[in-house]
Order: sequence, then structure tokens, then C-alpha cells
Amino acid sequence: MRIILDIWRQKNPSDRGRFERYEVPDVTEHMSFLEMLDVLNHRLVSEGKDPVAFDSDCREGICGTCGFLVNGEAHGPLRNATVCQTHMRHFKDGDVLRLEPWRAAAFPVLRDLVVDRTAFDRIMAAGGYVSTRTGSAPEANSILVPKTRADRAMEAAACIGCGACVAACPNAAAALFTGAKITHLANLPQGQPERRVRALSMTRQAATEGFGHCTTIGECEAVCPASIKLEVISQMNRDVLRATFSRTPLPEPLTHLPRSAAARFLEGEQSKQG
Amino acid sequence: MALDARIPEGPIERKWQRRKYEMKLVNPANKRKHRIIVVGTGLAGGAAAASLGELGYEVLNFCIQDSARRAHSIAAQGGINAAKNYQNDGDSVLRLFYDTVKGGDFRAREANVYRLAELSVNIIDQCAAQGVPFAREYGGTLANRSFGGALVSRTFYARGQTGQQLLLGAYSALQRQVAAGTVKQFTRSEMLELIVVDGRARGIVTRDLVTGKVESHLADAVVLATGGYGNVFYLSTNARGSNATAIWRAHRKGAYFANPCYTQIHPTCIPRSGEYQSKLTLMSESLRNDGRVWVPKKKGDSRSPDQIPEDERDYYLERIYPTYGNLAPRDISSRQAKNACDEGRGVGPGGLGVYLDFSAAMERLGKKVMDERYGNLFEMYERITGEDPHDVPMRIYPAVHYTMGGLWVDYDLMSNLPGLFVGGEANFSDHGANRLGASALMQGLADGYFVLPSTVGHYIASGGISKIDLSHPAVKDAEREVQERTSRMMGVGGKRSADELHRELGNLMWNDCGMARSKDSLNDALRKIPELRERFWKELRVTGSGVELNDQLEHAGRLADFLELAELLARDALERNESCGGHFRVEHQTPDGEAQRNDADYAYVAAWEWKGADQKPVVHKEKLEFEYVHLAQRSYK
Repeated sequence: MRIILDIWRQKNPSDRGRFERYEVPDVTEHMSFLEMLDVLNHRLVSEGKDPVAFDSDCREGICGTCGFLVNGEAHGPLRNATVCQTHMRHFKDGDVLRLEPWRAAAFPVLRDLVVDRTAFDRIMAAGGYVSTRTGSAPEANSILVPKTRADRAMEAAACIGCGACVAACPNAAAALFTGAKITHLANLPQGQPERRVRALSMTRQAATEGFGHCTTIGECEAVCPASIKLEVISQMNRDVLRATFSRTPLPEPLTHLPRSAAARFLEGEQSKQG
Repeated sequence: MALDARIPEGPIERKWQRRKYEMKLVNPANKRKHRIIVVGTGLAGGAAAASLGELGYEVLNFCIQDSARRAHSIAAQGGINAAKNYQNDGDSVLRLFYDTVKGGDFRAREANVYRLAELSVNIIDQCAAQGVPFAREYGGTLANRSFGGALVSRTFYARGQTGQQLLLGAYSALQRQVAAGTVKQFTRSEMLELIVVDGRARGIVTRDLVTGKVESHLADAVVLATGGYGNVFYLSTNARGSNATAIWRAHRKGAYFANPCYTQIHPTCIPRSGEYQSKLTLMSESLRNDGRVWVPKKKGDSRSPDQIPEDERDYYLERIYPTYGNLAPRDISSRQAKNACDEGRGVGPGGLGVYLDFSAAMERLGKKVMDERYGNLFEMYERITGEDPHDVPMRIYPAVHYTMGGLWVDYDLMSNLPGLFVGGEANFSDHGANRLGASALMQGLADGYFVLPSTVGHYIASGGISKIDLSHPAVKDAEREVQERTSRMMGVGGKRSADELHRELGNLMWNDCGMARSKDSLNDALRKIPELRERFWKELRVTGSGVELNDQLEHAGRLADFLELAELLARDALERNESCGGHFRVEHQTPDGEAQRNDADYAYVAAWEWKGADQKPVVHKEKLEFEYVHLAQRSYK
């Protein structure tokens, strides 16, 4: 089949960007979406043109590296799947598809369909962990976890950190992402000692990064490839409320967060000009 | 030169204790003055960086991905082994040790494997404390499942996403150290050269993958945990970005490369569907717990599977290996699948597939239980193939999955280059010629959480590390090498993309150095690889420039290194004139087609020394001594 693509092309974070049209003939239904882009890129390179930059790694839906909007839908039309897991059998001959990167202030575009998601790392650094030193762990079976709790924790922990939830949200909120980690640990006895401070610290970091507020529209749940449920946001809100009204000490501001890739680029630009 | 693995004296169960006792310690107040570079953020790298940070060292941690959470460990599905004996089914450290040495076809170092088995129990404790959501029984205790190559149930798991959950555990520990300021993280940053000063590894040169900036970083010690080299075959279950550049660059700077020919072909992957195929997807080995592998008895039987009656099916693993059945180890299961297909009994397009059938288990356990165990795997299969394994058997075929070979390391996981440590899949140490399922996660975490944090400290405490700065000539030389290689690749001006040339290398490697190797096929590879390498440097085209995000340039650089490594792999395979584990030489098989080892001549580790681009590499041999395990023909019958 023949597929027509309108792809967002942007050379770097300071470029304005624009859509450009490409045509891929000879697409077979067994190709994955990204393999179709490989075929396009292969042609572009042989013509001496710049290939379309897009992120991908495991290509089986678990690493969370890939992702862009296909006709406005995060990861494309297939529900609960990443774009790398989407095969061309879900499209038909002559389809016109518009591909654009995640759109959110907290996810600056680095190039074409590649965005900078280091804000997620900084939210995790703000408290997405249990503070346990290597070597200080008790015998594993001394911590009993009811099966239903463990299952619920696992469901939330399945988040792959791709950013589709942010891209789909009209407010560009990171609530599903942040709520998933908070819910994962809130369901486990190991997560209790730091539960309140974690909720405060992670949500505050998300706000600092420029993510919007959640107004429970539910677009995030609809596009989530890992099937994370909206309940994780309720859990997060409950924990934040409890922490706010209890005497939980305010978390200390973080000082050593990893630098964003876009910042690295822009600093480089400045020093060139300076 | 004889290689000294520096294995501690004494009985095997005391060796690690003794080693830890003998180690020198760094004054806690001085730790922050020592800088350690960790390349890679997978299970080994992430765990090592986090643990070294906790100890108080200044850690610089690098990865090529956009986040430390994306390292390829994340894709491991089935589980992690540990000798907890929670099932009361007769497991012990000694048994896990024995199973691993035997599973590796007696080509691993006993002392290392014993330590691995010993530490396995601490890993589960550590991960549970971090909040890794392992599967549990109704009483709240941890659940187990069975895996290939063992008759006990010792595999811990988190649905079909065990690697993801363990990696996120290590990643969260790592982010905690980032927030604490002990670990400085460099994402989208690729190591392109090792800096060696006075014979010691002292730093790395990196390229910022966003800006193209080439930078040097110096440290007291360098830890490489950059994974395996399976992508030398182009198509493998590895992630697209997985590459050998870090270890290959270190090899070129003097680190020995051990047993490159030990590559693992995983029996249960989704068969390829066309020329455009970019990677192969693994279906976890855990499926073989409840799935039965079969092919039609008749050659060229093209009926759909439900039309083939029971007595016309050959459940060949159950037939040939009645004791282990469908849980025979990976190398053996892969080879038997290939045999069945070679006999013309393969199924699906091109006859390159065998069935993995769940109908019996579906009847016995019901859909709900099956979905609890394998739901996400079934879904994954359906997404890729469009077929639902609840109703029709999966079609599977072997694919390159893991590389047991890697940089040579001693008992402390230090290479022959002082100050260069190697962990996880990037080293060669624990799996011999074949890795058992659920042992990669175990090794990565054992190295990262428990071994490296002690041994790197000992190296630093032992002193003798001089003060150097970025103006050192060795630093400038390494940077220049990187710049030169980049401009050389940019300037070839050919017509073919790195991807296209890589595919060619992959085909060559799969045909000549894949599941069945022979003297002729390996000599063929040794002739063709240098030719292809020459063509690479004539036909390559890299678009764009070196000072921007440039996927083509990254790929070309990695391929250039694969093209050198491929030759060493073939050479090692030719030199190892025996069959063992994943290395199958057709000249050496038992009458019933199993791998025939030659212990008298080949019970050694082949560690190759780089001698220059146009020189033959030189092999150094570490003799393998087996004091505790009796060498025997492996039998799973």
C-alpha cells in the first residue's frame, strides 16, 4: 500500500519547524510503523537528504523511548500500544498521516520527532524511590505483601515513561506519570515511611518543570500504552492532600538534577554567539 | 602471557568472604575525593553507579539513551534466579552454582559462578526492599516459577516485565543519588574512546549526541557496563541502539576480549516477516513452562495446526529430552528447532518456524490463570503477528539474544588494564558457553550492587593512581582519534546507509557464524568480513554533520566497530575446534547431534589481545580448573 506522511521537520530546538510531505510506496501490512519510517529514511539517505529523526530503541513497547503523534493521537490509532508495536495492517492504502512530536512546554523538541523528556528524570529524582541502601535490606520474605496489593503496585509500576500522557493532555499535565510512581509505592509496605513527603516532593517538581494541572479529562488513560489507570491520579491527590494537612515537613529543594538536553543545546548556541 | 584471574585461595564457599576481608578500604571521609566513571545504566551499570554513589564516591554516569531508565535490561521478560529455596524443592547455593556451570557447558570460571549463586539471595532482598513489585502468593510471600536448565523452581518474576521492574528499581536508587549529588548523570552521551595513562584506565572521551560536542572525563577508575554485542548479527532481540563500541574501544586500547564466539541463540522468538525487519522480538522462555513445542511429523505438511491430529505431531523436545522436555536449555532447544526446520518440517512462511502450543495448558488452567502468567506476552505476540495465541499456537524461531563473551576480567571484575572494570553482559565471566534463562538479571545485579562497589574501592585504596588533568597528552590523543574517526566517516561520500551495510554484515554472520559453524563457513566469514569492512569505508554515506543530533553518524560509528569485532568472533570460533554450549561446530557432535566438547584441549578462556588494525590478534589462555564440578557430557535426557 501507499502511505502519505506529513512529518514535522525541525532542525534543532531553536528552529521554528514546519511540516513536510513524503510518500512511501510499497508499504506491507507486516511492517511496523517504525520500519516504514526506516524505509523512508533509507531512501532519504540514498538521495543525500536528511533522514527524519525519531527516537526508538527496544522496538517491542517496553523501553518507552519511541513516541510521536499520528494524526493527533499519541502513539497512533492502536489502543494501549506504543507506536513501535503498531503494525501497518491498521492502516489502508492512500492514508494521509500527520506525524508530529509530543507537544508540551516541559518537553522541548530536540529535532524532528525527538523531544527532551529529562523532566521525567527530575520528577523521579524528587522522590520516586524507597530510600534503602545497598546491603541494608532485610530477608525478602520478612516483608509480606498481600497479593492484591502487590498486583495493584505492579499495575502502576508498569509505566514505561514514554510521555504519551503528557502529549495527549490538553493541560500537558504529568499527573498520570507522577501518580503511577506514587501509587506503585503507596501500595507497598516498603513505600510507607516516605509516602507523604514523596507525594509532595514529586508533584511539586512536576509543577516546577512546567507541566500543567490535571483536570481529569482522561485523555492520558486513553493513550497510555501501559494501561495505567486514572485511579493513580486519585491516589496521588489523596496522598498530597493528606500530606498537606498533616504536619509533613516540606521537602528540601533539589540541587543536583541532571541537565536537560535542550538546555545543553541552547547553551552551546549562546556560547557560539557570545 | 599467562592470565591470572586472581582467584582467592581457600574452599569455594569461603572465597568471596576472604576476598572481601583482604580488600583495602577507602577512608569514608576521602571517598568523595575519588571519582569513578560508570558507562551504562542497565542493571549492572545503574546498580553500580547507585551503590558507589551511596558509598560516597563522586560518580559520573553515562548512557546513550535519553534517560537512564531505558537501558536494554528493561526488555528482559521472564525472571531472575535466586537460590532462596522458598519452594522447599531442594534448591541451594550449591545447586544453583552447579546448574549454572553445567548450563554453561563447563566453560565458566567456578569461583565467579559460586559467588554469583551466593549473592543471588541478597539481590532478591535488595530488590524487594526497593519496592520491586515481584509476583506474590496469597499469603504475601514471594512467588516462583520454573525456567530452562533447572529442575527446581527458583525464578522470581514481575509478570512478564521482570527486567523492567528490576531496572526501574536500580534507576530509582540511581535517581536518589542524583538528587543527593553523588552521581552526575550524562544522558544522550556516547563513550567513543578510553583514556589510558601509564597503563591504567583513567577516563573516557564522549560525544554529546545532541550537540555533537566531544568531551573528556577523567577518573580514578572506569567501569564499563555497556551490554553485549548481539547486534553484530544485525537482527537480534537486542534494542536498536545496543552496541559494542565502548568495549571495542577499550579492547583496542589494550583490554583483552574473551570468548567472542560464545553467542546465545534464543529458541523462542517471533520469526522474521520480511526484508525491512529491524529487530526480532523475544517471547519469554517462561512460556515453555506451559507451552509445548512441536512440528508436524510429515515433511512439508501445510495444513493449519488445528487440522493436524495429535498422532501426527512431533513434540520433539519431549521426545528427545524426556526429563527436561520443553524446559531443555536454550542452546539445545534452538538447535533442535533448526534441525526440525532443516528436515523440512518447519512451519509458517519459508518453513522457518516451529509451534509453541498452549492449548493443553488453556484447558488445564483456564484463560484467567494463563493471562495472569503470560497476558502481556500473548498480547505482544498478537500485536506483531495479528494472531491470538489463545486460539492458535505461536510460531517461533531461534534468534540471537545474548553474548556470553565480552571483555576479560579477573575475579574482581577488573580487566587486564588496571582501573578498567567490566560488569554485566559486557564481561565474559559467569555464563561459560551458554547462559541459562533468568541468569542475566542475576549477574547484572550481582556485579552492580555487590561485587563492583567492593572491588573498585579496593583498587582505589591500593593507591598508585597519579594526578592528571585534561591537558595530559593521552587525553588530547584520544580526543583527536575521536575527531578523526568522525570526520573520516563524514567524508567517505559513498551512497549506502550504515543500516544497509549493517544488514549485509548481519546476513553474513548469521549464515557463517550462527547456529551451526564449520571450518569452511568460518573461513568464508574471515574472507568476507575484511572485504565488507573495506567497502564500508568506500560506500558509506552519512548525511548531516558531526555537530548535531545525527543518528546516521552514530550508527556508522557503531557499525565500524562491529565490522572489526565480527572478524574476531569468527576467528575465535574457528580456533575453538570443539562444540560447547552456544558454539556449535558441525564437525564436533555426538552421534545423536549434541555438542561434543573437547576438555583436554579447550577447557580454557580465550582472551584476545588487539595488535593493530592490520595485525592478527594474539590469544592468551586462562586455563579453567574444575575442583568442585565434575566435567561431564551435558545431559538433559
